[in-house]
Amino acid sequence: MTNGKLMTLAQMQTGQSGIVVGFRGGFGMVDRLNALGIMPGKRITKISAMIARGPVTIEVDRVQVAIGFGMANRIILELG
Amino acid sequence: MRKILMVGNPNVGKSVIFSRLTGVRTTVSNYPGTTINYTQGFLKLGEEKVEVVDVPGTYTLEPTSKAEEIALQMLETGDIVINVVNAINLERSLYLTLQLLERDIPVVVALNFWDDTKHRGIEIDLERLRELLGVPVIPTVAVTGEGIKNLVENISRATSPNSPSTSRDERWAAIGNIIEQVQRIEHRHHTWLERLQDASVKPLTGGIIAVSILVFAFLLIRFIGESLINYVLDPLFNNLWAPIILGLSNIMGGGGFLHDIVVGKLAGGEMNFVESFGLLSSGLYVPFAMVLPYIVSFYLVLGLLEDVGYLPRLAVLMDTIMHWLGLHGYAIIPTLLGLGCNVPAVLATRILESKRERFIASTLVSIAVPCAALQAMIFGLVGQRGGQYVVIVYGTLFVAWVILGIILNHAVKGFSPELLIEIPPYRVPPWKILFQKMWMRIYGFLAEAIPIILGAIVVINIFYYLGVFDAVANFTAPVVTGLLGLPKEAVISLVVGFLRKDVALGMLAPLALSAKQLVVASVVLAMLFPCIATFVVLIRELGVVDMFKSAGVMILASLITGGILNLIL
Repeated sequence: MTNGKLMTLAQMQTGQSGIVVGFRGGFGMVDRLNALGIMPGKRITKISAMIARGPVTIEVDRVQVAIGFGMANRIILELG
Repeated sequence: MRKILMVGNPNVGKSVIFSRLTGVRTTVSNYPGTTINYTQGFLKLGEEKVEVVDVPGTYTLEPTSKAEEIALQMLETGDIVINVVNAINLERSLYLTLQLLERDIPVVVALNFWDDTKHRGIEIDLERLRELLGVPVIPTVAVTGEGIKNLVENISRATSPNSPSTSRDERWAAIGNIIEQVQRIEHRHHTWLERLQDASVKPLTGGIIAVSILVFAFLLIRFIGESLINYVLDPLFNNLWAPIILGLSNIMGGGGFLHDIVVGKLAGGEMNFVESFGLLSSGLYVPFAMVLPYIVSFYLVLGLLEDVGYLPRLAVLMDTIMHWLGLHGYAIIPTLLGLGCNVPAVLATRILESKRERFIASTLVSIAVPCAALQAMIFGLVGQRGGQYVVIVYGTLFVAWVILGIILNHAVKGFSPELLIEIPPYRVPPWKILFQKMWMRIYGFLAEAIPIILGAIVVINIFYYLGVFDAVANFTAPVVTGLLGLPKEAVISLVVGFLRKDVALGMLAPLALSAKQLVVASVVLAMLFPCIATFVVLIRELGVVDMFKSAGVMILASLITGGILNLIL
């Protein structure tokens, strides 16, 4: 399905999309992300990133979610 | 009495369905967190009267935040659940639904935003969904009221399938299975509204949109407020009310203690509604003709921004800046609310996750965010001396907000969590509910402000009569005159600021202050101490100890700022 390389959501370019493969973070963070529909296997499209390490906005299942930069840096995706 | 609970994710239109069901006026907004104070109402089911409770929005029954804990606790007390589900994002909504079905409580599902599914290219097989869930599923369009009647009729058919308890992974697997059977999605091209949504959170276009919206909002607030004052309320007071008051003044003998409390002091037989300080003159003119017009225009514009769904986008844009102040972008919402009234603003800091954030946000709002009542008076009194003085007042408060935020960010222990919020789509606001909400807020202002304003005027008159103020003025003269460069009598206004800041600023009018003194007094009054209503809420939200810390910061910051202004202006 995908053969792209792995990178974090923060590293991804605006407009690119990828499949979530995992998180580098504690259960608290993972729970909150799961509740908003962000979980392994989901396709995420990066809509925008604010300058100066600001939040990243993504779309998952037709819903937009804004994620702080630090957290975005701990979401790992496979491009494609 | 049986109790029906409205349960659902944030931003699924739960509160709108609630107010459709109950007719009770309730606060509905497009951002999660407003219903953390749950709302109750009543509904007639045939002959039976049942209680309906709007439970705070939650994504899961494994609580991850304070609001979700409250939701879970409230679930124990109900008899029937109306589970409001987002038809646009069925998959995510169903997680909560499956958790509800595992509990021993009858459930009926309201599938909201049903009209949106068509133009989003989403097809949902309702019959199959009903079969798979084992409970009634009713499509609704909360904003228009479509499907609500059907929903009410189906409350009695709510059932509890008592599904066996499962693990998280099993639930998600079950949801995947359901979605595969009931939902089909066609790919659609982006609509112009979706393009606008995306542009609103990109750095360049988002910045331009934010500045345009805020400037337009400000101009609209001024335009509506000014128009109401100039074309409706001022003529009403000057042409209709003034003659009546002057007649009453004649009957009461034109002077004396009682006359001054009721009618106020007349200046050469003329009525000056700001300076006279009687119950029927300033006591009515200040709240109705000076403050109310701006309350109306502010809450109309704020309600629009809320219900269109703009505020979460502003939170994204402001996030980096708010981090300098030890907050994250979402704190912009209590800050904006504070421009209306500090009381709901302090309450709204509950949407922030940590105690540290709530302390910083509440303190900053109380110090540097002037409420609409105070702003109306600043425009009315300081504005008379020239627009540049109003700009100085606002500029000073803004700089104080930033500097204090940076200081608090370093001084208060702990860290600030990161932003993680859903951004709801732009929506056409439900007009009826928008106006209901505006009316509730205006009513709230009148009910809270009028008694305190009238009480303050009586107390002020009595204190003048007894000469209490002279003693206070002499005592505080070194600070007020020495540090701030104000006449010693100005302290009375600062003291009255504890009751109502609008009345307090009005008390400066007869003192013949220079423009500079008026600027200093306005800034100090805004920053010095919260009004009594805010004070009470601060104690409740922060606790007594933190409230005293917060008050210490306020007094120190206001005297320093006032002293600096006095030196440099």
